[in-house]
Amino acid sequence: MIEKTVNILVCVKRVPAAGGKMSLTADEQEIDTRYFNFTVSPHEECAVEEAVRLIEANGGSSAVLTLGSEVATDQLREAMALGIERAILLETDGREWDAGATAGAIAEAVRAQAASGMNFDLLLFGNEAADTGDYQVGIRVAHALDVPCVAGVKELKIRDRKAIAKREAAGGWEIFEVPLPAAITVKEGINLPRYPSLPGRLKAKKKPIERITPAWNGNGLEKVRLKLPAEEEHQTEILGKGPEAAASAVELFQKLGIM
Amino acid sequence: MVIGLVENDKGKLNELSLQMLTLGQRLAEQLGLPLQAILIGVDARPLADHLKAHGVASVYLVQHERLTDYAPEAWAHSVVEIVEKAEPQIVMAAGTDRGNEVMAHVAARINLPMAANCTDVQPGDPYVVTRVRWGGSVLEEARLKGTPRLLTVAPHAFAAEEVSATGDLVINAITPTLTNKDFRVRVAGRVESGEGKVSLAEAKVVVGGGRGVGSVEGFKPLEELAELLGAAVGCSRAVTSLGWRPHADQIGQTGTRIAPELYIACGVSGATQHIVGCQGAKHILAINTDPEAPIVAKADYAIIGDLHEIVPALAAEIKKAKAG
Repeated sequence: MIEKTVNILVCVKRVPAAGGKMSLTADEQEIDTRYFNFTVSPHEECAVEEAVRLIEANGGSSAVLTLGSEVATDQLREAMALGIERAILLETDGREWDAGATAGAIAEAVRAQAASGMNFDLLLFGNEAADTGDYQVGIRVAHALDVPCVAGVKELKIRDRKAIAKREAAGGWEIFEVPLPAAITVKEGINLPRYPSLPGRLKAKKKPIERITPAWNGNGLEKVRLKLPAEEEHQTEILGKGPEAAASAVELFQKLGIM
Repeated sequence: MVIGLVENDKGKLNELSLQMLTLGQRLAEQLGLPLQAILIGVDARPLADHLKAHGVASVYLVQHERLTDYAPEAWAHSVVEIVEKAEPQIVMAAGTDRGNEVMAHVAARINLPMAANCTDVQPGDPYVVTRVRWGGSVLEEARLKGTPRLLTVAPHAFAAEEVSATGDLVINAITPTLTNKDFRVRVAGRVESGEGKVSLAEAKVVVGGGRGVGSVEGFKPLEELAELLGAAVGCSRAVTSLGWRPHADQIGQTGTRIAPELYIACGVSGATQHIVGCQGAKHILAINTDPEAPIVAKADYAIIGDLHEIVPALAAEIKKAKAG
């Protein structure tokens, strides 16, 4: 009889919930977040949901991990409010860690968990963080731990100690099958995340958070400054108001050669 | 040298890889180094000749009996073998799913930084790259260290450019030493999506709907308009979050990036996450009740009013024009 239960670690990042126009801080090191809320990066919201569903279906245990300063505990509690059992904070002084350093610290934490008896079968990540968009943390962690990694996954099943993962490709889907333990980076669309319940939130508020302080390692890609893309000067041509504008729209379609 | 990993799909060179080679040409010229390409796959040989027109001096043709389909670690292993042999200054790929994935594996294997989705690269000591953050709403200038410099190029940051090339294209056939481990992640099967359906990423015209569409049924008239124009139907993140459309239809930072001739945005307000997904469109027509909506400011053309009246009127007018 093959063991069905899985131990899952889901890694998330705290990012500003940026909807509208962005502006930068005076030192050009950050985006100005004074008027933003913070949230779990979108792909990772889905990774959390996927972890909760996999545990509901297979049994096992779940933990959430993030690298960030004290404020990032909000996002750990968000994940626990949805049903993740434990939370680990890789506590930093708030400086931005590059992808290589972040992956190194996560891999180190996974090894420490293994040394204390928790062997994760599945490491879930987002395909890329909404803010930095480095596209590599999950893959680097997988490499450091010598486990297979399937990236960009939009459908995931666990069967017979294997992960069966589908991802979109030109003209359809690619299917991958890897043995556990494995790392999977997911994309939004793999599921539609649930909203946390009030009891879930209250329970999460009281849960302890395990803390590790990783050593700063700044040898990777080094941010110099941020800038906003140049706004092209342009005027919007108003074709008209209401359905009466349909004729001029069709003229436009003909002019553009799309009809 | 400067080396570019060129992807190919179904016997065709990937357009975004050709865009990447445009930056490759510029860097090679600036550094006075040859531009080389890596092509992977048992059936990639016929494609090599086309690369000459994109400034490529020589091609590493990676062939292995097991390289019949995509396997990210095997691809990365092949790139690393070439890096060890050729000692290039720069190794680059397109900022596609595969390009970013393979370069991340390469970076992990040789323990170097990798800059994803660059829009500019200034050689020097160190190199300074400009790269995309927030899907393109913000840019980052960063120092990229290590040799080779590993990077991917943001889609649509450059146009694929042909150059008049002299000299013969050199083909270096390479059979990498791959083990079972390099194939532990590989495409084990495929599901083809429905024939005849226009894909969102490649559509020449896209009709998109936002929260203003109002309901699942509200998309019917958008689908009819799309049908008349041979267009694909897309939607905003708000719409997928409400469960009105599948995520595969989502245009945006966490959905599909579109690059059509015309994008007709119906009842879409134009949140940043959506704008970065449609900024590759040549022209945008916004249909919105709110003349102050961000999408209207971003659009080239706009019709102000209720999409529920305007979209059917557009369809009727197109039918009339076609009949006439």
